[in-house]
Amino acid sequence: MILHETLAGRIAKFTGLGICLLFTVFPLYWILVTSFKDPGSIFAYPLKYWPSQFSLENYRGLFDQSNFGVFIGNSLIVSLVAAALATVVSLLAAYVLARFEFVSKGAVMGAFLVTQMIPGFIALGSLYILMTRMYLVDSRWGLVLVYVAISIPLCTVMLRGFFENVPASLEEAAMVDGCSRLSALFRVLVPVMTPGIAASFIFNFVNCWNELFLSVTLLNSDENKTVPAALNGFISSYNIDWGSMSAAAALSIIPTMILFAFASRYIVEGLTAGAVKE
Amino acid sequence: MALTETERPAAGGTPGKGVPRRPVGNRRRFTGRTALVLFLFMLPAIVFVGLFTYYPLLSGIQMAFRNYNLNDLSDTSWVGLDNFRTLVGDEMFRGTVRNSLVWVAGSLIPQFLIGFTMALWLRRRFRFRGAYQALVFFPWAVSGFLIGILFRWMFNGEFGVVNDLLMKTHLIDTPVPWLADAKYAMVAVIVANVWYGVTFFAIMILAALQSVPDELYEASAIDGAGKVRTLFSITIPSIRTTLALTVLLRVIWIFNSPELIFGMTGGGPANETHIVTSYMIQVTQEGDYGRASAMGVMVVFVLLLFAVFYLLAIKPRTPRRKVAR
Repeated sequence: MILHETLAGRIAKFTGLGICLLFTVFPLYWILVTSFKDPGSIFAYPLKYWPSQFSLENYRGLFDQSNFGVFIGNSLIVSLVAAALATVVSLLAAYVLARFEFVSKGAVMGAFLVTQMIPGFIALGSLYILMTRMYLVDSRWGLVLVYVAISIPLCTVMLRGFFENVPASLEEAAMVDGCSRLSALFRVLVPVMTPGIAASFIFNFVNCWNELFLSVTLLNSDENKTVPAALNGFISSYNIDWGSMSAAAALSIIPTMILFAFASRYIVEGLTAGAVKE
Repeated sequence: MALTETERPAAGGTPGKGVPRRPVGNRRRFTGRTALVLFLFMLPAIVFVGLFTYYPLLSGIQMAFRNYNLNDLSDTSWVGLDNFRTLVGDEMFRGTVRNSLVWVAGSLIPQFLIGFTMALWLRRRFRFRGAYQALVFFPWAVSGFLIGILFRWMFNGEFGVVNDLLMKTHLIDTPVPWLADAKYAMVAVIVANVWYGVTFFAIMILAALQSVPDELYEASAIDGAGKVRTLFSITIPSIRTTLALTVLLRVIWIFNSPELIFGMTGGGPANETHIVTSYMIQVTQEGDYGRASAMGVMVVFVLLLFAVFYLLAIKPRTPRRKVAR
């Protein structure tokens, strides 16, 4: 047993934790409640903390006034494809970085880690010009390529951490039995590492789903816009329609919420393993 | 390319989470074929990062020294340090530098203190700890931009829940125009950012705390050390590397995160909440890539300098006390 907790200490601790929980959950609760109020009562005084009736009016308004369904579809496609591609590319790189020593390894790791210090948007202008030259402006696929690139470094570091938890004898045995390196990786290692790979994928997905400045810069037509770019459009207009806005915000949080519930443990594990070990 | 299948020895510092290191394999030279396969494994990652991260970064750096405005591309000549000179003379830019310092310090200190406290509370298992963590850590998965929108609504001067709660608890008598008044807007964005960032501190510190062996606490309990003594003599020294690195990463990250400000105030009112990076993005969107790039170069340069001096400052002068494994 370590240090006995006094009763007063325990009460203080759980009160503190309770307050933290309240502070964390309340803003999310509030946007959800707002989104279900009927448009009239959003601006009614006094404020209602528990709406007497739930209305879907805001959601209906959102889909009537904008192509929000299209935006969600675009966000889903872009994030899913980018996250999947980034995970595969990172998996290959992480395997090499976890298992082998080679001369330029330090340089590669360094180059990846530096991208985490320098925010991508610092090169927003020149990226825009590059994409113009490649005819990839206002294209969802162009955005996918950029998202893959920004996801790779951290994803590689995370996956490298997960690889290091798996003994190398596993794939060596498979290779002795006649597997090629690639098939040993996919047939033997990938199944063992599924939780880690899933967490990396979800982490990538959430990051792409949330990304703002690249999507705002690189997409301009309504048919290609992703959710954050669309939300930015709602904000830029002079008066914000808070009913539709809260519905949009709620809708854009939900996918992240569901995925995070599944993967938070592994994501935290992967990130902290990478960070604390390095 | 000399390839040997050995594991790099575990780097010093905080011991990992007790993850067993892979046993060191036999040193063995690889054939050219293996080297080729491994090179092909690395290639896609290198191509992606090179093309879409490093190439724009380098071409952005050279733009900082050119007159490059998307609205008028007739003259894109080299102008040396002109873009930097313009910025230094720009009253608005200087304002954003001041705001950035307030933003970073104002966000970092509460985040650190609350995050540390939460991590200490969460160190010991209790029923529903897993569920609690998942809930409390969730904001971290929401984009700063969306957090900004959430808090923009909560801090609304007329219908905002913040004013309502403050008035119900009689902390204020009349509604505060949080986001419309320059005096309060920075406070409001910082509150939102603290809310957003506490979690990350808690996660990192908790991970580090769990690597501190229980025996140390037992020993200090036997020696009769109180809570405060244990905190300063055992806990903090044991995790100081993680604490120091987390603070460094957070400073850089907070400085570089204009999303929340974009969602919440758009830099207003009267540019009072514009930080350097949010101003930079605004200038990019206006098309003045030369000036925006110059700002980017300054940001990276200053942050690099800061990181180097910070790392030198926190480097232990005396040999670090050995942490028993």
